[in-house]
Amino acid sequence: MMFDIYEPGESPLPHQSDRGAAVGIDLGTTNSVVAVSTGDKPEVLRDEDGEGLVPSVAYYAEDGAVVVGAKARRALLDHPDRVVASVKRLMGRGVGDVKALAGTLPFTLDQAAEGGMVRLRVGERVLTPVEVSADILRAIKARAEAALGKPVDRAVITVPAYFDDGARAATKDAARLAGIEVLRLVNEPTAAAMAYGLDNAAEGLYAVYDLGGGTFDISLLRMEKGVFQVRATGGDAALGGDDFDHAIAEHFLAERRIRLGEETITSAEAKQALAAARVAKECLTSRSSGEWFIEVDGKPTRHSLDRDTFEALIAPMVDRTVALVQGVLDDAEALPEDVKGVVLVGGSTRVPLVRRRVAEAFGREPLANINPDEVVAVGAALQAEALTAGSDTLLLDVTPLSLGIETMGGIVEKVIPRNQPIPVALGQEFTTYQDGQSAMMMHVVQGEREMADQCRSLARFVLSGIPAMAAGAARIRVTFAVDADGLLTVSAREQTTGVEQEVSVKPSYGLTEDEMASMLRDSMAHAREDMTLRVLTESRVEARRSVLAVGSALKVDHDLLSPEERRAIDAAIAAVEAACQGTDREAIQAAVDGLEDATKDFAERRMDRGIRSALSGVSVDTLGDKLGS
Amino acid sequence: MSHEPNSPIERGALSPCWSCKGPVIQRALFCSTCAAVQGPGVVDHFTRLGMPRSFDVDMVTLDHNYFDLQRRLHPDRFSGRTARERALSQSQAVAVNDAYETLKDPLKRAAYMLSLEGRKVDIHGTATIDDPELLMEAMEMREALAEAETRAAIDKVAARAEAQVLTCQCALSTAFGHRDLDRAGALTTRLKYLGKLAEEARARKSRLIRPVA
Repeated sequence: MMFDIYEPGESPLPHQSDRGAAVGIDLGTTNSVVAVSTGDKPEVLRDEDGEGLVPSVAYYAEDGAVVVGAKARRALLDHPDRVVASVKRLMGRGVGDVKALAGTLPFTLDQAAEGGMVRLRVGERVLTPVEVSADILRAIKARAEAALGKPVDRAVITVPAYFDDGARAATKDAARLAGIEVLRLVNEPTAAAMAYGLDNAAEGLYAVYDLGGGTFDISLLRMEKGVFQVRATGGDAALGGDDFDHAIAEHFLAERRIRLGEETITSAEAKQALAAARVAKECLTSRSSGEWFIEVDGKPTRHSLDRDTFEALIAPMVDRTVALVQGVLDDAEALPEDVKGVVLVGGSTRVPLVRRRVAEAFGREPLANINPDEVVAVGAALQAEALTAGSDTLLLDVTPLSLGIETMGGIVEKVIPRNQPIPVALGQEFTTYQDGQSAMMMHVVQGEREMADQCRSLARFVLSGIPAMAAGAARIRVTFAVDADGLLTVSAREQTTGVEQEVSVKPSYGLTEDEMASMLRDSMAHAREDMTLRVLTESRVEARRSVLAVGSALKVDHDLLSPEERRAIDAAIAAVEAACQGTDREAIQAAVDGLEDATKDFAERRMDRGIRSALSGVSVDTLGDKLGS
Repeated sequence: MSHEPNSPIERGALSPCWSCKGPVIQRALFCSTCAAVQGPGVVDHFTRLGMPRSFDVDMVTLDHNYFDLQRRLHPDRFSGRTARERALSQSQAVAVNDAYETLKDPLKRAAYMLSLEGRKVDIHGTATIDDPELLMEAMEMREALAEAETRAAIDKVAARAEAQVLTCQCALSTAFGHRDLDRAGALTTRLKYLGKLAEEARARKSRLIRPVA
């Protein structure tokens, strides 16, 4: 029997050919983009009109149909109560959060929902933001499948760097509902830097200023020979071009109220004003002034706006982004002059005032040779390719926000500070504050503020079974682990007794497993099959791994076996391979167990030989050479 | 980077590979027989990153070794592999990140080196300064920074703060070189406060509006 031996990291991934394509998806507040990279140049997937942007808007028609994209956006004027836009702003948010945003959101919230995840009333349906995002992702998946002519089942999805744990988890849930396996969540500015850096062979410290429809991110990265090392990141998950629109709309509405002598504003007027504001913002990018009309109930008003007034309206928001830029420079211990280039991402960076202020903050003109709308999806596609086909590029990202535990008096004790390279695991010790205290409430929060109630609450859990001790005697080690997707797992362990508890943080405002399961049932007949298939694939990967491992061992130590023993092992290997051809997961597992039994003595002999030769010093050099040096 | 042990391998230095069950040297990243990724094990940060145990860390070598390790160990390299391999890669990457974060920062590095010698320095807390000289210096510099109005004045304060930080780092290097741990401890506390001042000065500097080149 012949075995191919590969270097670590170079072995071909199992059964690439029988899997669907892997794409990169920029799931934006206003627009989404999907791209693919397969060896040649990365490519944005477009519709028949050559349009790469899919408006992140979903229209829930009366007949039950779901329409996503430009058509849904057009339906906004006729059926405003059946159309959902900017849903990304609600991802991972609770009812309480959204009340704070009241009036700035074009949604009708379901009043029945108290606590837990926000629900939207859309026509006769009640939907969670996760379900709406899943509908948008399904449409994107369909576009990609039409363009590529084959199924798409895996993707790298980008999220704002400043997205908290709840919003990240919600994004992953949405993908799962849409039948997409998330290869990795990548931060938007990091994806943009990757696309820009690889295309331009950039080296040195670069800033990515990403002002989208609803979120602002600023990241500083060091780029070097295929390594993208994020040094610091910051931003505001509720600041974007939408806020510019609102500022203009409010200005128009104030004028209209005075001219018509009205006291109140109807929601129809607000919607019209917002639409006019959007057009005005775009016009004032290239022109210095213009006039717009609002007409509701046969009462027209005319509103003129010049660029100076527009800039005065949005200046506070642009100033806020500049302050965040400076904070990130401080975090990275860098000065503006250390930055070699500034990459602009997001449609809102087309606004002249934004460009001017960014240029002032860094003392240099930002780079303009990229399409700010598409660069993030291109970066995501490159990363999807790197994860499936392999590549030399390396993304080293960081935690955007500090993670901590609420302690006595509501004060936050930080366990993982912001801007730590991920994956990361850090622990902190806590103790009891009452004699005989047998349980401890753990409240996990995310944010930079000192008081827990000013940070985002991620999860609460109870560590119970602490043995009776005097106050302060128990030693409870709480460990936070953040994986490469930026998702958190928390475990707590009482050190003197070993009482242990682990929770993978299901955010306070996320979906429960039950809700998820029922949504999967309701929305997709294939979901269960997909799950089964995924588990089967995983079993096969593990089985093949075992066969490869035994093969490597046989190559080196075959002389330790009698012909009879060798035959038994070969038979066990053949059994695993046969089982892998089938679809019975338990049969595969049984065959793998059989292989393990058949090689038990062999493994012991190999250990003995290794130790003997190590003691005699014979193979120290050869072993040393193989230490991964 | 080299991990070769200096002394002959003892019995304990070999353990069975989780995948092929054959012998693996404990600090190896990958099994020499079946190439499976191994767990991170317990080693000090310097050893993990292949750096000599010294306060003087060559940043170019440190970055080079760090990137080299992450290229091979980062979870992105193990997408599509078994759950066990993905988990091991994650713990390896976590250990490498931890070591890198500690060694790249002079203050954390100094505190870590002291902790390896069984000494504790609080570099996170806000313990009060008990060194009157340092207290005076800090107050004087804060004042100078608060009064600095012009670009040139801020530059001057910032440059002075940076120079003090560098001087303190040099002194730390000497103290560690002579294994004078008492002095190293005092200098580490000093570095913590000087570092904060330099940070504030830099923050003032980066907030100046600059002419567009």
